Order: sequence, then structure tokens, then C-alpha cells
Amino acid sequence: MQTKNIMIVGVGGQGSLLASKLLGHLLLTKGYDVKVSEVHGMSQRGGSVVTYVRYGDKVASPIIDKGEADFIVSFEPLEAARWLSYLKKDGQIVTNIHGIDPMPVITGAAEYPENIVDRIKEKGVKTDALDCLEIAQEAGSAKAVNVVLLGRLSHYFDFEESEWMEALEACVPAKFLEMNKKAFEMGAKA
Amino acid sequence: MKELMLGNKAVARGLYEAGVCFVSSYPGTPSTEITEEAVKYDEIYCEWAPNEKVALEAAFGASLAGLRSFSGMKHVGLNVAADPLYTMSYTGVNAGLVIGVADDAGMHSSQNEQDSRRHAIGAKVPMLEPSDSAEALEFAKLAYELSEEYDTPVLLKMCTRVAHSQSVVERSDRSEHKKEYKKDPGKYSMSPANAIRRHPIIEERMRKLAQYAETAPVNRVEYSDDTSLGIITSSTSYQYVKEVFGDSVCVLKLGMAYPLPENLIKTFASKVDRLVVVEELEPIIEDFCKGLGLEVSGKDIFPICGEFSQGLVAQTLGKEVAEGPSLEVEIPGRPPIMCAGCPHRGLFFSLKKKDCTVIGDIGCYTLGGAPPLGMMDMTLCMGASVSAIHGFNRARELKGTEEEKKKNVVAVIGDSTFMHSGMTGLANIAYNMTDSTVIILDNSITGMTGHQQNPTTGYNIKGDPAGKIDLEALCRAMGFNRVTVVDPYDLAAVEKALDAELSAKEPSVIISRRPCALLKYVKHDPPLSVSADKCKSCKSCMKIGCPAISMKEGKAVIDRTQCTGCKVCKQLCPFDAIEG
Repeated sequence: MQTKNIMIVGVGGQGSLLASKLLGHLLLTKGYDVKVSEVHGMSQRGGSVVTYVRYGDKVASPIIDKGEADFIVSFEPLEAARWLSYLKKDGQIVTNIHGIDPMPVITGAAEYPENIVDRIKEKGVKTDALDCLEIAQEAGSAKAVNVVLLGRLSHYFDFEESEWMEALEACVPAKFLEMNKKAFEMGAKA
Repeated sequence: MKELMLGNKAVARGLYEAGVCFVSSYPGTPSTEITEEAVKYDEIYCEWAPNEKVALEAAFGASLAGLRSFSGMKHVGLNVAADPLYTMSYTGVNAGLVIGVADDAGMHSSQNEQDSRRHAIGAKVPMLEPSDSAEALEFAKLAYELSEEYDTPVLLKMCTRVAHSQSVVERSDRSEHKKEYKKDPGKYSMSPANAIRRHPIIEERMRKLAQYAETAPVNRVEYSDDTSLGIITSSTSYQYVKEVFGDSVCVLKLGMAYPLPENLIKTFASKVDRLVVVEELEPIIEDFCKGLGLEVSGKDIFPICGEFSQGLVAQTLGKEVAEGPSLEVEIPGRPPIMCAGCPHRGLFFSLKKKDCTVIGDIGCYTLGGAPPLGMMDMTLCMGASVSAIHGFNRARELKGTEEEKKKNVVAVIGDSTFMHSGMTGLANIAYNMTDSTVIILDNSITGMTGHQQNPTTGYNIKGDPAGKIDLEALCRAMGFNRVTVVDPYDLAAVEKALDAELSAKEPSVIISRRPCALLKYVKHDPPLSVSADKCKSCKSCMKIGCPAISMKEGKAVIDRTQCTGCKVCKQLCPFDAIEG
């Protein structure tokens, strides 16, 4: 099979590392060759963060380039817009709609674009948008936005729910497991 | 069993399997996780050293004593460790000694994008260069074999995309190694007389290693039926080449960055119509090819700045590249920022109020240079703030105008960076006497690289109690009479200290002390809130650039999920509108 590409984009500190770890674990157990590329260090301090997950028969490059992503999983709508040019023709966006103002917006040097998700949809891009923060809080923690999004993403894969749950069990500390399972299920059903 | 593993973790696994017993490193993105993962093996003693030079020298000592040793650092860290490296090349090793160095093409988290291969060539030390996690593991092990067989330290070169990418590896068992120490000053004590005898031995070693490179399994030719294009490449660039071309072109994949295999390259070149080198940063393989008289393309078509990608390789070599959708909307940037509750924020706000020239350093506080604070005049390298303020102030004394002499100047440096190489600069201030004010931003951790302990924190790499250097006592012992400790959450206290020390006619140190707000043991106060009735929309609270505060419908609003209750903003509100 041709290599499939998933980009996870968001704001440093939103938990993209757990999302990529979980996807990597799941895809490897499904027998694929997998590469995951992460961002550590300076960029994690509230900056724009991107993680690449690639899988297939044999994966060479660890990163995803413009026009290549089958999925952009976005923790924050502005970040979906920022990385939009990386989406493949007919690619799918799965995004949280809860925005976080970047510093240039906070200081008044720039404006947060209005109706950003609608603007992406107007381009004919397949966009699945949901308020992950609200769902995560209902599930028990605002920090579970990442797992809510993964739950939603699971719609687009043929994997069994039990396989996703196994990956959750392998990647999430035991004391947060139940909350995360709930967040995943709520995301999947949203 | 196959598993996904981060490149740096795979290096650590390689160290374990190679029987390494001693690791001494200084954290630096993208190298840090090698040591953080190595410490998880009980068989490997690990430590954070105060800087890379100390780390490498400690590793050398352990090698001398007979244990396989390792030192990890980022590219600029190898500059700090270059002094021992260049002479360690002469002494060679007892037990295997490997230096892991991680380059950062694209400068994701660095102040330059130098190419560490230049150090391998300069120091006459072999360098291996893996292109994924499986190679990172295997090359780490091979490095110890080469180190002991050829009596040399070996450089293992990572880069951001190999260090911070996960790919599939398989584990093997550990093998144990220990060597006896035998006194041999002719080999290990580099007085001129001994070093003169050693230099030709090193030249001979490099000739032998160049021979080894000709048939080394890490240098691999992948021929294709189509010989119109031949690409020589290494590291992550190899992966981009394979992504674009698969098996449709001939590829010479070099796992050994130095020394390079002359005959292997010549033979490869003779079998292809067009020879292209695909390498990030410096034209090292390319220049070597040119030195052999080969006609080759490299930096004439590929950039020397920044990192590569499959798209860049495809475009440069005439293949089609995909394009994605785009919006006709200006997307505001999202630069990294100081976190909500960051203790550095209040200090930088006070420096701005005093209109200071800020001679800066490397760490989270470099972000104090970003708007709206914008309080960073200079950032060079680890420790440079303390040295440079002395030169700046002395120059003002010598030739400054009256107005220049009145200007407030401070150096800012973090606790870990101060331990790394700020202390020697401080000694210069004490010795050659300028009225410099050095502010140590003591957040009780090495912050930017992700919370590593250091000699001022009182804990070692495992989090166990360890020696603790008393910063105040250290500064006093160096001859500083004026050492003040302030809490950066208390703006009045910070300003009072700045007024006193900036006007003092002698050198001074201000220690701005408050643990990083992200540390697990730091308990946050309840989040604050803004009374919409009292808020007069003056935006005073916006001047500190806290990500938890924004203006919504003309009033300041505090995001409760981000606010740590530090109350710095509260001290700025002229209308007591911030409550909690």
C-alpha cells in the first residue's frame, strides 16, 4: 500500500505527543511500518507544534511535506489553517473548534481570523469540526482534548474499537485510563 | 520483537547493548533524551555534568579507568567540548568512548546550524551518521567496536529528524566489557614531547579508518537498472531521497561521515551518468568528491541553509511536487512564549520599566526578547552574558558618552547556564572589576530542555538528593559584596533591588529566585479573575505578555485553565480589577 500520512497540529503543551504515541502503537500492532516525527524543546513553549505519523509497507521519510497529508488532526482551528497546504487533495481535517489566541493576537499586533473553520470548509476541504474542549471537560479533564480528537479520528479507520482501547491502555498511565477511555468514546460518538 | 523507538532512545538502547557503564552529558535539544533514556538502565551510571567539556572529560576518565563511556550533547555543546576532543584524538582511549552529538538543521531549538562533521574532520576522529532509529541503535554499538579497535574516540552524529523521530527497532542483549587500566603516560599524558610522538600515529589511524570505510557495511551502494542518476547521501537526507526515488536511481548511502571512502565513491561515480550529493548544511561530501576530481552537483542546486524534505529533494531534482489547499487569510504566527506563571516574566517587566540594556543568554528567558516585553539586546552562546556585560561596561567606561554611561545595563543568565559557563565570566568581573550587575534567573531547574537537574538544584539525574551549590555563597567567595535575592513575583522588591544594584559603584549579583511554574512540586494558587465592572480597559495587565490574559469585548479576561495565580498582573492593575 502507499504510505498514509497523518499530521497532528496544535499548540505546545496540548498533548500531541500522547496522540502520536498512541497512533504509532496502534499502527505498529496492525503490522505496518511506521515513522513518527515529533517536536521537542523550544517549540513546545506555547508555540505552533506539528507531529507527523506515517505508515505503510515501507516508510522512508519521517516527515510529511506540502500536499501529502491524508489527515490533519488539529487541536486548535488556527493551526488547521496554518498547516492546510500540507493536506492532500481530498484529504480530511478533524479539528477542535476551541481557539487559543497566539501572542501576536494577545498583544494586538495581529487579529485572529474570524470563522476560520467555515473558511476552510468554503475551500471544499472535508472538515470534521467539534468542540473537543467541552467534550473533554465533560469526560473529566480539559487535558483530554487529544483523546477526544483521536476518538473522532477513529471514524475514518477500519480498526476495531477494542484495538483503539488496547492502544490507550498501552500509552496512558493507569490512573487516567478510565477518564481517557470515556473521552475517546465521547469523541467517537460526537 | 519489533517496536517503535525514538532515535535518541535507540541510541540509549545501543549504549546498553554495547555494555556502556558510564554516561556524563549536558542537556541540549535535540540530544537530551539519549541520556534521559540511558539513565533508565540500572547497568548504566548516568549524570548531568555542569557543561559538555566537563562531561566529555569525565567520560574520558571513565574510559581510561576501563569502562565503556559516553557523552551526549548538542552541536554547539561540542564546541564547548572541542578542547578535550581534539587532544583525546591523540591519546586515544582505553575502553571505548563515544560522543553523541545532535545537529539541528533548521534551528528548531538552537542559535546556529553548524555542521558537526567539521569537528570530526578537525579533530581527526571518525564519525558515524545514522538515518533512522534502527541504525541509531546499531551504529552506537558499532561505534564502540571501532573505538576500541582503532584506539580512538568516535563521534555518533544525530540530527533533529533522526533524534526526534520514532521508527522500528529490534532489541538484543547486553554484552559486558571492562578493560584494565595500565599506566602509559606516553599515550595518555600529552606533553609536547609525547604529543609529537602521537601525532603520526593518529595520521596512520585515520589512513586505516579510511581503508575500513571502503568496505564498511554502513557505507552501502544501492544500484538501480537506471544509471542516469547517482546520488550520494547520508543521514535523514537518505530517507528523503528514498521517499522520492524509491529504487529507481542509484544511491550511495554513507553511514560513516568521516573518513570518507575514496575508491567506493570513485567506483560509484564511474557507474552513473550524473552524480549528485544530497546533504544538509555544509558541502562536505561534495567537496571531498571535487577533491577527487569528480564532476558533481550539490550546493549549486541544494540550499546550504535550513533542513531538507522530500518535497525539496523532488523539486530540486526535477520531480513533481504536490500542492495543498490554501486560504486567502493572514494567519497570525504562534511563536513560543514564556508560560503562564513563568517567574522570568516579572523580572523582564521590571527590566523594561528601568529601560535596561539586557545582555542575554541561552534558556527559556531568551523568550524575554519576544513582544510585548522585547527585553533582549544580545544572545550569543552559553555563559556569554556574564562575559559580555563586562566588556560592554568597560567599553562604556573607556569611551562612552555621559548619556551612554547613565544607561542601565544588566546581564541575565539562568541557574543551569550560570553553572555551565557563567562562573568564569563572573570571575572576570570580580578580577578585572567593572560595576556590572549580573542577574541569575534561578528557576531551580534546566528549563528549556525539559527539566533536567543541575548543580544548584540539590538533586541528581535520578531525582535523588545530591550535592547542592549555594549560589549566594559562591558569588560572595568570588569577591562580590553585593548579592541580593529577590522573588520575581514581587515586582516592588525586584525594582528596589534593581535600583540599589544599578546605582552601586561595585559589581553585584541579583538572584531572581522562584522555581519554574511547570515543575510538578510547584503548587499553583487559585486562578485570578477580572471584575468586568472595575476593568477600565487600560491594558496595563497586557504589558507582561501573559498567555492567560486577553481582551474580550474591550475587557481583560483571564483564562482559568492557564492562570497559575502568580499575581504579577494584579500588581499592575491601577483599578484593583484583578481579583483572587
